[in-house]
Amino acid sequence: MKKKNAPVRNRALPGNESLLRQLWSDPMGRAGMIGVGMIILLAVFAPWIARFDVGKMNSKARFAAPNATYWFGTDNFGRDIFSRIVYGARVSIVVGVVAVSIAAGFGYLFGLIAGFFEGKVESVIMMVMDIIFAFPHILLALFIVAVLGKSIVNTMIAIGIVNIPVFTRTVRASVKTVKSTDYIANARSIGLNRMNILFKHVTPNILAPFTVQATLALSGAILTEASMSFLGLGIQPPDPSWGSMLSDARKFMEQAPWMAIFPAVFIIITILSFNILGDALRDVLDPKLKL
Amino acid sequence: MRDYIIRRLLGLIPILIGISLAIFIIMQLIPGDVVSGILGIEQTPELRAMWEKKLGLDKPLVEQYLSWIGKAVTGDFGESFRTGAPVFPEIMSRFKISAELAIMGCIFAWIIALPLGIISALKRNSVVDRIVRVVALMGVSIPNFASATLVILFLAKGFNYHTPVKYVGLFENIGTNMEIMVIPAFILGSVMAGSVMRMTRSSMLEVLRQDYIKAVRAKGAPERVTIFRHAFRNSSIPIITLIGMQIGSLMGGTVVIEQIFSIPGLGQYTLTGINQRDYPVVQGCVLFIAVLYVVVNLLVDILYTYIDPRITYN
Repeated sequence: MKKKNAPVRNRALPGNESLLRQLWSDPMGRAGMIGVGMIILLAVFAPWIARFDVGKMNSKARFAAPNATYWFGTDNFGRDIFSRIVYGARVSIVVGVVAVSIAAGFGYLFGLIAGFFEGKVESVIMMVMDIIFAFPHILLALFIVAVLGKSIVNTMIAIGIVNIPVFTRTVRASVKTVKSTDYIANARSIGLNRMNILFKHVTPNILAPFTVQATLALSGAILTEASMSFLGLGIQPPDPSWGSMLSDARKFMEQAPWMAIFPAVFIIITILSFNILGDALRDVLDPKLKL
Repeated sequence: MRDYIIRRLLGLIPILIGISLAIFIIMQLIPGDVVSGILGIEQTPELRAMWEKKLGLDKPLVEQYLSWIGKAVTGDFGESFRTGAPVFPEIMSRFKISAELAIMGCIFAWIIALPLGIISALKRNSVVDRIVRVVALMGVSIPNFASATLVILFLAKGFNYHTPVKYVGLFENIGTNMEIMVIPAFILGSVMAGSVMRMTRSSMLEVLRQDYIKAVRAKGAPERVTIFRHAFRNSSIPIITLIGMQIGSLMGGTVVIEQIFSIPGLGQYTLTGINQRDYPVVQGCVLFIAVLYVVVNLLVDILYTYIDPRITYN
């Protein structure tokens, strides 16, 4: 199997303040930050921003076109689409963050062990990663959910598992480079123990590629959740998910096109914002790769 | 070269065993068990024992795995719980449809992405470059189910056009088949086009600033020769690597696209299997797609030697 190389070289993460300032000074970085910031705000303040209860049905207001009361119109049950979009942002972000945390946590651990200890341990870990990597992402996630059962927790677990290999590879490649540097040799020569070297000296120096990978994986995780929900195997009703909203809208598309347009637009804006931010972050953290 | 191919084929064996083991282990995680799923409320101890014997579930796990994989190697993927039909022939007939969709998607992606990526690199930081970069980013960021839904909506509202619902094979009526397949293939290819465009651009930029390109130009070689024979050929390795990896997401993409456009391919078969908890179908489809993906990646690796003779495989 081919190895997916780490997208960025090893550099320590600059201070938070300077990183944010550098991102803000780049037009793409600014656009990404604004987009991602808005989605996060929607997710965090959903109960205050939403105008109606997400599950509240109103048979008198079915298929209402966008108007002053229902900004994005209503669906086939008379539910307010704007409120469902706002809560959908919360679902997307929560699923994305939890899934990426699972992937990043295990990926970091496996990558660190594989890169630092090498030998048989590395061969076994990378073999398992190659096997997970041999499945198309969405297919493996669907397969896991099909077996474990449809639920929000299983969706997060499934998306988390399929993303572990990419983190393992990124961390392993970075650890191998960092390991050969003089300061790690010095740390060893003064007798620091392995754990100390791994967590205090190696970890800070692999944070840059790790951060970029996490941002990009977040957009991938949100996309996978939306795709799974669209296919009816992700988030289950009554929880609102942009993917399932879009799927439901297909039956009524000509009658109520707004049911499809708004979820589609929000999915696109979210993925686009995370991708733009990920690209900008990579440029800031590793200008050598900026072509 | 032959030794390399043999070595790589042998290297496939542990991966294939690993894939089949992973599928087998995941299948063991089914809450409750398969027999309860089949029998539902009609469960009696006799019926249960009969089904367990029929499915081989009364044997130890190792024996179950060996029996399953032994049969799978000979093309026996078992029978569907729902229809009783053998799974493998169904997979093969549906695979042809998915392969047509995926190949058309790839062709669309390459036709769009390679020229635009090259132009973007040659005209770096120009208006054209900026437009291409935005288009590529959009391609990568717009999920195929969202673009498919919007395209269907646009065609229905704007042109009162509806894509044909009933599938017609390529050799039955090529015109109707194309009418069915062109839009889904284009949407499927658009995500791939975005990433290939980005990779072509960055890879070409990397090569174009090398000294030997300056030397070729200084020798007075026509620009066409410089770009295609020297620059593009040398920048094609990462592009081909990416294309190889994209085949996997293309396979995943067919699951979604086939569902939206009612195309009876492998993706739709897998999804139907999942929704109906038809485990032999799910198991067979996932195994088939994963093996296919690994084999395609191997072919891509072998292709490198033809493109870049500098690569030796010792």
